[in-house]
Amino acid sequence: MIIETGHFALALALALALMQVVLPFWGARARDANLMATARPLALAQFALVALAYGALTWAHVVSDFSLVNVIENSHSTKPMIYKISGVWGNHEGSMLLWALILSLSGAAMAVFARAIPPRLMADATSVQGLLSVAFLLFILLTSNPFARIETPPMEGNDLNPILQDPGLAIHPPLLYLGYVGFSIVFSLAAGALISGRTDAAFARFIRPWTLAAWIFLTLGIAMGSYWAYYTLGWGGFWFWDPVENASLLPWLSGTALLHSASVMEKRDALKVWTIFLAILTFSLSLLGTFLVRSGVLTSVHSFASDPTRGLFILGILVLFIGGALFLFMLRAPTLTGGGLFAPISREGFLVVNNLLLTASCAAVFIGTLYPLALEAWNGSKITVGAPFFNLTFGPLFAPILLLAPLGQLLAWKRADLLGAAQRLWFVAALGLVAVLGFYALQGGPVVAVIGAGVAIYLMTASFVEIWGRVFPQGFRKSANAFGRMAGLPLSAWGSALAHAGLGVTLLGLAATGWGVEKITKVQKGETYQVGPYALQATSIEAAEGPNYREAIVHMTISRDGKEVATFDPSKRFFKTRQMATSQAGIVTLNLGQVYVAVAEQSPDGAFDARMYWKPLVSLIWLGALVMSFGGALSLADRRLRVGVARRAKVVGAVQAAE
Amino acid sequence: MRKTLIALFALAALASPASALQPDEILPDPKLESRARDISAGLRCLVCQNQSIDDSDASLARDLRTLVREQLKAGKSDQEIKTFLVDRYGNFVLLKPPFEWDTAALWLSPFALFAIAGFFVWRKSRTRKVEAAPAAPLSAEESEKLKALLDEKA
Repeated sequence: MIIETGHFALALALALALMQVVLPFWGARARDANLMATARPLALAQFALVALAYGALTWAHVVSDFSLVNVIENSHSTKPMIYKISGVWGNHEGSMLLWALILSLSGAAMAVFARAIPPRLMADATSVQGLLSVAFLLFILLTSNPFARIETPPMEGNDLNPILQDPGLAIHPPLLYLGYVGFSIVFSLAAGALISGRTDAAFARFIRPWTLAAWIFLTLGIAMGSYWAYYTLGWGGFWFWDPVENASLLPWLSGTALLHSASVMEKRDALKVWTIFLAILTFSLSLLGTFLVRSGVLTSVHSFASDPTRGLFILGILVLFIGGALFLFMLRAPTLTGGGLFAPISREGFLVVNNLLLTASCAAVFIGTLYPLALEAWNGSKITVGAPFFNLTFGPLFAPILLLAPLGQLLAWKRADLLGAAQRLWFVAALGLVAVLGFYALQGGPVVAVIGAGVAIYLMTASFVEIWGRVFPQGFRKSANAFGRMAGLPLSAWGSALAHAGLGVTLLGLAATGWGVEKITKVQKGETYQVGPYALQATSIEAAEGPNYREAIVHMTISRDGKEVATFDPSKRFFKTRQMATSQAGIVTLNLGQVYVAVAEQSPDGAFDARMYWKPLVSLIWLGALVMSFGGALSLADRRLRVGVARRAKVVGAVQAAE
Repeated sequence: MRKTLIALFALAALASPASALQPDEILPDPKLESRARDISAGLRCLVCQNQSIDDSDASLARDLRTLVREQLKAGKSDQEIKTFLVDRYGNFVLLKPPFEWDTAALWLSPFALFAIAGFFVWRKSRTRKVEAAPAAPLSAEESEKLKALLDEKA
């Protein structure tokens, strides 16, 4: 009964979504405030219904209702509860339902929090958001129904893929989807603005909080996914440039460009056309990512063609929304006139360069991801585009951003003094150079690592030079009231400094991978192995029984200079139902670096094949993403950028214009 | 034929979960081993998504790693081994696509796009300067307003 209720709620949500497309849009044309006002309750009710459907599917997984195909294929009665709940999105149908849930959540959030947005724009945007819901709910109901029953339910399910039975999976997809789908609000607002023809500086203010929120979630989601890969795959790789990862990086790059260009539009009324284009592009790339991951086109163009229902459906959604939005854009863009003028050397000028580099690096990832598919479809030849390609194209296009970001922060709007800004950076630039020499003297090693680490030190410190200048405007010695000025700084200033510094932190972690130490060997009980500065000893080997797996655990101690610093237990698990083994790497964080041990086959003499690593500073890769997100959150919390404030600010603006 | 081979390998990979590079595969000669690692890092495990054979758990990857090491022991050069593998599996096996006629667009387009976009931005910034020079003349209404304001101040 609960299942049927969920299924029915989903169908009802589709009906409400259809109403949400028609009523507010009609209201905006007929200038009927009551019709336009239906947008909010419809969006909320639609969210409630999709949540009900999602709850019903979760319930089926929790109680192991094996009359559902979805539960049979992805669950097992002995599976731990956390994976019963997270297993809901560990499969195609469930993850699409999560997609739809977050899509309707975004619509509801826009309806509740964006009260400052003028009613006409709000009506049109809600309509577009409704159309997105219609498309995805139809997709679920017609091609990927998670509520399908089976006539004779089996006693047991097939269990979830063991690789997915991990806390990482419980967190990664929801975060990623909040980012991906969060950009739908920005897309809907852009489309709404194009439909109603309202695109002024206030538009940038409306989209800023949503762009930031989606960007924060996407940043965290990508970092989480990368860390998950790092500790599950057993050799410490964290980024493979595989198409699924690239699909999440694409909206991140264009979303980052959007954040920066929106600030130009908001403050200077320039780059309007470009900002709206990026707002459309970012969510389009999210849609593209969904298509790539969900249609099976990645495995092979041929497997896509052999079972094309789902793939073609999403392709249809893709064409409808991207094509439709770009068509609107084409119609309206010529009518948008640029506002504020600026010299090439100015804050705006540098933000244009930032956007140029970000979109070019985004294009490099896009082309590298799709080229093999296009080539195979065109002349049948199969090629691989792997890490070396991205290092050679994405690398040089992204690297200048790392050097230029702090410089751009120091430039004034409209017209700026480049030499003056460069002079304020000489100290941190020198610090970066000293760091290069220091790292070379202390660590030696690959040139890329040494230079990367130097640039990282420069970026981390240079990001705060702007704040330093505002706290100590007359130099460090005249520091009276420095604390007052520090507290008086807008949160967004701290936010952007932290976000840029976080990029530096990640870069330092990436550079330090060049100094990693690797040891691949057989591990015997009682033996000691030297890995970098640490001595690893296997103290005992134990066999254990988990809820749905058998496990072989190697207890190990880590010591440095004869002193024990930590113990850990890398293990190998064997899942009975799926006949699959996973390696649970043992990881200990020491001074921001990590000792990483993954065990594999056990030989007859009881020894284990093992890969052991010392990865200095590696945790900074993900800590940097946390710092970036925290910077984004500070910026989001800034009073001036909060949504409700937009209305008051607009009133002030209107008064000023009238004077 | 190649597809059936790959499919067979994929099945084999599922049946016996192996692991990435294992201790028993490592060559005693460290120089030869380090060359083997370098070559392996550039070869795609054919049944995986963009993983090198060095990092892959698939048993096909293990076979390829052994193959590379056998060829090294036989005294072949890095290039000879790569050519041998490309002859056998096509460019698909290389993680770095070679620069050829049908990959020229792949390698060049990111930079070409950047250059074209950069050119347009540069041209726009120049024309904008010209546009910016003469400010739009005030309308009759505006000049009256301005006059009124100035009179007020005086």
